[in-house]
Amino acid sequence: MIKIWSVKKDEQAAAKKKPKMTAAQLRVQKDLTELELPSTMQTDFPDPADVLNFTLDITPDEGIYKGGKFHFTFAINPNYPHEPPKVRCTQKIYHPNLDLEGNVCLNILREDWKPVLNLSSVMVGLQFLFLEPNPDDPLNKEAAEDLRKNREGFIQNVKQSMRGGSVRGETFDRVLVS
Amino acid sequence: MSPTVNANGVGRSSPKAYLADEGRWESIDRVLDRRGPWTDEQFVGGRETKDVLRSKAKILVIGAGGLGCEILQNLALTGFSDIHVIDMDTIDISNLNRQFLFREADVGKSKAVTAAEFVMKRVPGAKVTPYHGKIQDHPPSFYLQFDIVIAGLDSISARRWINATLVQMVDEENPDSLKPLIDGGTEGFKGQARVILPTISSCYECSIDMLTPPTAFPICTIANTPRLPEHCIEWASVLEWPKVFKDKKLDTDDPDHIEWLYQQASARAAEFKIEGVTWALTQGVVKNIIPAIASTNAIIAASCCNEAFKLATTSAPSLNNYMMYVGNDSVYAYTFEHERRPECPVCGGESIIAEVGKDWTLEKLVDWLAARQDLQISRPSLAYSGGKPLYYQAPPQLHAATLKNLEKALPDLLIDGDEVVVTDPGLPFTLTVEIKYA
Repeated sequence: MIKIWSVKKDEQAAAKKKPKMTAAQLRVQKDLTELELPSTMQTDFPDPADVLNFTLDITPDEGIYKGGKFHFTFAINPNYPHEPPKVRCTQKIYHPNLDLEGNVCLNILREDWKPVLNLSSVMVGLQFLFLEPNPDDPLNKEAAEDLRKNREGFIQNVKQSMRGGSVRGETFDRVLVS
Repeated sequence: MSPTVNANGVGRSSPKAYLADEGRWESIDRVLDRRGPWTDEQFVGGRETKDVLRSKAKILVIGAGGLGCEILQNLALTGFSDIHVIDMDTIDISNLNRQFLFREADVGKSKAVTAAEFVMKRVPGAKVTPYHGKIQDHPPSFYLQFDIVIAGLDSISARRWINATLVQMVDEENPDSLKPLIDGGTEGFKGQARVILPTISSCYECSIDMLTPPTAFPICTIANTPRLPEHCIEWASVLEWPKVFKDKKLDTDDPDHIEWLYQQASARAAEFKIEGVTWALTQGVVKNIIPAIASTNAIIAASCCNEAFKLATTSAPSLNNYMMYVGNDSVYAYTFEHERRPECPVCGGESIIAEVGKDWTLEKLVDWLAARQDLQISRPSLAYSGGKPLYYQAPPQLHAATLKNLEKALPDLLIDGDEVVVTDPGLPFTLTVEIKYA
């Protein structure tokens, strides 16, 4: 049998204690503790001992969605960062890139996810959706159409929906900060 | 003289005569009886080496599927006699085209048990010990008994687990704790075989960035502009399932769940005039199945077993350390040395021992870490080795939740020998701190 230990002895790196934590957890610890979130984003941990499940509130300070507070859940599975975190919006909101069930159309959450991206990239990406809603990748087709055809009307619809009103017969959740 | 083959697949007249016939090792003995130009210095050859191969080496095969069947066959026919195999799966009818240790009557039985029985019946002298269950259910002491581990897995998470387990097992006080891991993998016409010497060469986690991410379609495409049958199937599984069944989890192994998805996807495909949604495609898309090619499995398994043979006998240098095979357009193989990643969360990083007083607070430990010139730590965050935060610098809510730990006495938080995992913006890797009370 090959004596690997003799190979080992030649190596400069002596045996070191290796963390017993799962690679996903280690990566999440690194991602979270190095987060530098702007005042418009806030995380919350229902169970502070569980860093793999948490929520994010986004309160845009400019743009069409200013004045609203948007609530997302993050669920990270053991295959992170090979697989992206699962992110959903818990509110029913009127937005071209979110559907009425809370699914989010953000490329880095699906087809463009790469392990070099991190939780910060996802959070910044989510915030960007509220600053620049994108009518070209619609998840809510009606909202996208409104934005494309009549920007002023779309802005009015957003304000209406954020107050908990209805747009095109669909009632939305009230998401105003105050 | 032609050997008789009976219904059980036993090809010789009697196992006894077969075992007595030393001539059956003739081809293999050629490499074990003399040195070659690249033979390792340690190589002794002859009886001693044959003895290691044929009675001493204890080898674990993880997975008794497409790769596993090939690996078990190769190992037994090469002369390994103490083979162990673990698999949690049972045999499905769709396995039979390539998993040749199984027959139709075996459908529903344990893969590990059936494969072990078949190999023992077919190759007299080979002892195969099966374990029907999950690799994660066995403690490190289980893995410590083997000399070599070969993995023929189809799951990334299982690979990451066994890789991390073998890396963590390495104990400098005990040379036998270092187990070579030979990892084989196939995907259609592509495959790879690699030799991982835990803590010495690059580990599985070091190369995780190289993996092709699972195929995913933009969610807006599947919601609004489906063009492919796969878009309709993903629409059913990603959007419709949670909408209709709320919190009920989709079980991709449940035929009723697949049937529901198939019906939904078919209706949507009809609506958008898309052809090609079938039951098999539905299952393939949701389980992310890539068709298995028997020849790819045979090539990769052969490479893995060749490496096991070389490690066990030292008759030739082993693969350094990654062989990729691409059979799509031709037969192409490329071998290269994948380097270790210093920041690898499994095999990278640093570790230190902190000799602390029983009167220390956690804050004193944090200050002690930050004061160490050799580490360049400025804002360390600490967690228990199980992952629970001990003191996090960010985000604000976890900082607030763990702040009160700072003033606590260390013995109230940690016992002697506990390990604390430290991350810091200044550290590209993680630091493991072992607590030793003075």
